[in-house]
Amino acid sequence: MPEACIRHAPKSPEYLNQEAGDTPCSGDGIMTETYDGPILEIEDLSISFFTRLREIPAVMDFSVKVMPGEAVGLVGESGCGKSTVALGIMQDLGKNGRVVGGTIKFKGRDLNTMSREELRRVRGSEIAMIYQEPMASLNPAMKIGRQLMEVPMIHKGSSEKDAFERALQVVTDVKLPDPKRILNSYPHQLSGGQQQRIVIAMALMAEPSLLILDEPTTALDVTVEAAVVELVKELGRKYGTSMLFISHNLGLVLETCDRICVMYSGEAVETGSIEDVFDQMMHPYTQALFRSIPLPGADKATRPLVAIPGNFPLPHERPPGCNFGPRCDYFEAGRCDAVSRVPMDSVPGDERHRTRCLQFREIDWNAPPANVVVKEKTEPGRPVLSMKGLKKYYEVAANSLFGGSGATKVVKANETLTFEARESETLAIVGESGCGKSTFAKVLMGLETATDGTILLDGRSIEDIPIEKRDPRTVADVQMVFQNPFDTLNPSMTVGRQIIRALEVFGVGASDADRRERMLTLLDLVKLPREFAGRMPRQLSGGQKQRVGIARAFAGGARIVVADEPVSALDVSVQAAVTDLLMDIQHEQKTTLLFISHDLSIVRYLSDRVMVMYLGHVVELGTTEQVFAPPYHPYTEALLSAVPIADTAVHKKRIVLEGDVPSAMNPPPGCPFQTRCRWKDHVPDGLCDREVPPVRILAEGHQVKCHLSDADFAAMEPVITLAAE
Amino acid sequence: MGLFILRRVLTMVLTALCLTFVVFFMTNLYPNLEKLAKSEGNFRMTDVEVASWLSQNGYRSPVDPDLLAAYRSGQIESEEASRGINTGFDVRLFRNYAEWLGVMPGYVIETPSGAVNARCQAPGTALEDAPNFCGILQGYWGFSSVFKDTVGSVIGTRLALTGKLMFWVMVLMVPTALLVGVLAGMREGSALDRSLSTFSITSTATPEYVSGVIFIAVFTSSAVGLKWFKGSAASAMDDANFQNFFLPVLTIALYGMGYIARMTRASMAEVMNAQYIRTARLKGVSFRNIVLKHALRNALIAPFTVIMLQFPWLLNGVVIVESLFNYKGFGWTLVQAAGNNDIELLLGVSVVSVIVVLVTQLISDIGYVYLNPRISVT
Repeated sequence: MPEACIRHAPKSPEYLNQEAGDTPCSGDGIMTETYDGPILEIEDLSISFFTRLREIPAVMDFSVKVMPGEAVGLVGESGCGKSTVALGIMQDLGKNGRVVGGTIKFKGRDLNTMSREELRRVRGSEIAMIYQEPMASLNPAMKIGRQLMEVPMIHKGSSEKDAFERALQVVTDVKLPDPKRILNSYPHQLSGGQQQRIVIAMALMAEPSLLILDEPTTALDVTVEAAVVELVKELGRKYGTSMLFISHNLGLVLETCDRICVMYSGEAVETGSIEDVFDQMMHPYTQALFRSIPLPGADKATRPLVAIPGNFPLPHERPPGCNFGPRCDYFEAGRCDAVSRVPMDSVPGDERHRTRCLQFREIDWNAPPANVVVKEKTEPGRPVLSMKGLKKYYEVAANSLFGGSGATKVVKANETLTFEARESETLAIVGESGCGKSTFAKVLMGLETATDGTILLDGRSIEDIPIEKRDPRTVADVQMVFQNPFDTLNPSMTVGRQIIRALEVFGVGASDADRRERMLTLLDLVKLPREFAGRMPRQLSGGQKQRVGIARAFAGGARIVVADEPVSALDVSVQAAVTDLLMDIQHEQKTTLLFISHDLSIVRYLSDRVMVMYLGHVVELGTTEQVFAPPYHPYTEALLSAVPIADTAVHKKRIVLEGDVPSAMNPPPGCPFQTRCRWKDHVPDGLCDREVPPVRILAEGHQVKCHLSDADFAAMEPVITLAAE
Repeated sequence: MGLFILRRVLTMVLTALCLTFVVFFMTNLYPNLEKLAKSEGNFRMTDVEVASWLSQNGYRSPVDPDLLAAYRSGQIESEEASRGINTGFDVRLFRNYAEWLGVMPGYVIETPSGAVNARCQAPGTALEDAPNFCGILQGYWGFSSVFKDTVGSVIGTRLALTGKLMFWVMVLMVPTALLVGVLAGMREGSALDRSLSTFSITSTATPEYVSGVIFIAVFTSSAVGLKWFKGSAASAMDDANFQNFFLPVLTIALYGMGYIARMTRASMAEVMNAQYIRTARLKGVSFRNIVLKHALRNALIAPFTVIMLQFPWLLNGVVIVESLFNYKGFGWTLVQAAGNNDIELLLGVSVVSVIVVLVTQLISDIGYVYLNPRISVT
């Protein structure tokens, strides 16, 4: 609510002081183009939210500077205050939020003291913002064209015709096909990637000096994300726009930004150029963050991830002294918690590299992580699960809303899946939304029955038995860890009760006391304190909830656990801990883990074999080494190139896929990937358009569904190379 | 779109058939018919005579001839005979319903006395001239025993009067309610929101028979002394003006207004918190245009259905208000028909009500499609 923050802003003393003194912001709001200082200069900014109980400081003592044409990344976990900074710049903090200290200068003018009218003129024309969820940020009842044309009509007083011309040009700039049709459509008629391009186009309509991107690609698939990021970079160069890029993904920031600012619990803990922060980090949190994400070279047996211990402090429960203190490896009692606040300090020899740590001069930053337990690698045993020619088709009515008069369509969600999974093996299933990986999991779990083909679990065929008809042993044998731990626990049942309930269903334990004992050992297994048995799910953090989910899945001694993106909803620092836990239990119990993910970094880190899916087809299957090295399936190649890697030493080949994943309702003829494949012209006679490629064995255990010749496969270069040291 | 409407119309016809059958069944229950027979024939009829009258006039199946003969000859007592009469369900109901609809030929029954009773024979005309079919489909709605006129013409005149009332109610209620709702919802929690919400809740919580009585007491009677309006709207039937027509209109409108305003406010408040409104705000759109261009259309999707639902519900309010203000419209007619056991008129009134409900629902669905681009019928 704009009026709300305006109403509050004048109460701050800064405003009164400046109001009395100068009048630089009472002009018409449009700056002259001769300004050459920093575009955005935030100094000692503090933002608080006020509730009935207390004041909650969301951002404290935050400073950042964005120079013309520069892109600055703002990185941190959820709740660290990065989005609050963005909304603070926009002066759109809602009813409860208020800037309580510091200045936000945009081209030398303090945004905190601007009137509502002046702010309105800056917003959208000089500072534009791109949001996380494109669908939610476009007006559903207004045509795209109208929403775009509005910007120049408000800010430049353009005529409708000029505005339309401009909209057409910008939509062409963001590389959308058929711009005229797009301008005349409603948001729901576009795909997620196209919507995000429209949001970008809207931000660029008035050629702003500063672009704020708030997690612009989080809701998108990796290949679409790569294309959008490429576009943003290109447009940034073309228009010379400064950018503030907010993300939790270090790899993405590396690819897009010149400078980076790492935030933790409302404070900037380290700022500097990308090279400074990535290669010579000077803050324990930055270091811990890098150690907890899987980079090429990390390996679950020899170089495991190091999780950050403990939990993110809630804004009103911050520790005294250094906020990161309780979780820091270098914490020194009596020193780090003795000061009331740790100040930002420049790293000697580099003015613009600053860190908020008392000990940064003393710490040996190159020492290898302590307390790393090297685990021996487990050898896969005999096959547990075997699928042959599994097919799952759905029939959908063309028009189900108003009764079906149209013909029914068949959606081929899974097309002839054939593979084996062995004991204590981790098989990763990789693919973008709509590739059929969730359908596959549903069929395996018995939530759906297969259309054709067989699923053998320890030699028993289970493809036709829905879950309600499976015996407790089979149900306990095949279990699942879900993506979203927030929705998958019953909110009105204690944690212990939910695990006991699972034990009852699985037929484990002779008496209630037995099951209670077993439940407590399960809590030990997932490293949760035994007191948690009596807690309600709402009292747990995301990572703890996911641990409960894991305990539940392993309650009946599962033979196969399907983990559907088990860590993607969690914060980076928690991801490593949960992943580790999953691996440990698997190691101990010799479980087969089917790890569904779109994140190739984590897949590379933990899986033994990888299965790549596209539009219901398995396009590539092989060991992790085989899949991550050439020869690739063209889709795997693009997928590898799309994943951002947070390592300056890594060189990636840029392969940007055009367009979106085709709808499974209406798949292309021939090879499913032919519409986006960059190798298509290497295959003669338009074979890709006509025939689904056969499965080809490239090496022992490495199969690919592609028409390319052996010579083409041999000529493929690796996508990811580590630069020579 | 055409196909969609066609399909909806077919569903509507089916629904109308079911609903009218239910009403037909209820109005043709034996006690009702007994009352009818006694008021049409003579009040001293015995049970057996009633049953025989009903069967001769096509309402029920013929009475068992043996029983009738035994009763007539005095072999059995009146009480014993009445035990032998079927007063429960009679399969003839289905045929009667079909005749009433006009899909089966009207009955022609010869009485023992030699006279012929035919459904389609109008009084004073020859049996040969009467049509075979006479029901709703042929435009024959029956004859009202209260108004001594054909049901068609009674309903026609009364509906026109109520239409006039409803029109002015809508003119007053809809814009005011939307305005109140939008103003309250655009700044949730503000003083304006709170005062308007209080008004809406008060008005929804006061039914017509309370507000109507209060209005009459305050504005028309000498008790308070404000004789601004007239307490009776009877004169408004021919010549409506502000003085004699405003109070009934206001009474109905107020009750519905609060409800629509609440819906609009909730919808508006939700829309104003949506992300795309933030987008618009951070695009530099002025508050006025945010409300008018971005929020309004989205916020009106939900209340639109509610407004259309108000039409059938207005028929209720109309019953109370028309009786209260002595305005002889459709609602008043319904009361008269029900109070006087006028079966044909009741049936006619219910058919009209059913049609009003179904048609407004159809309009509501079609309008929804136009308001909400995400829904498409093609």
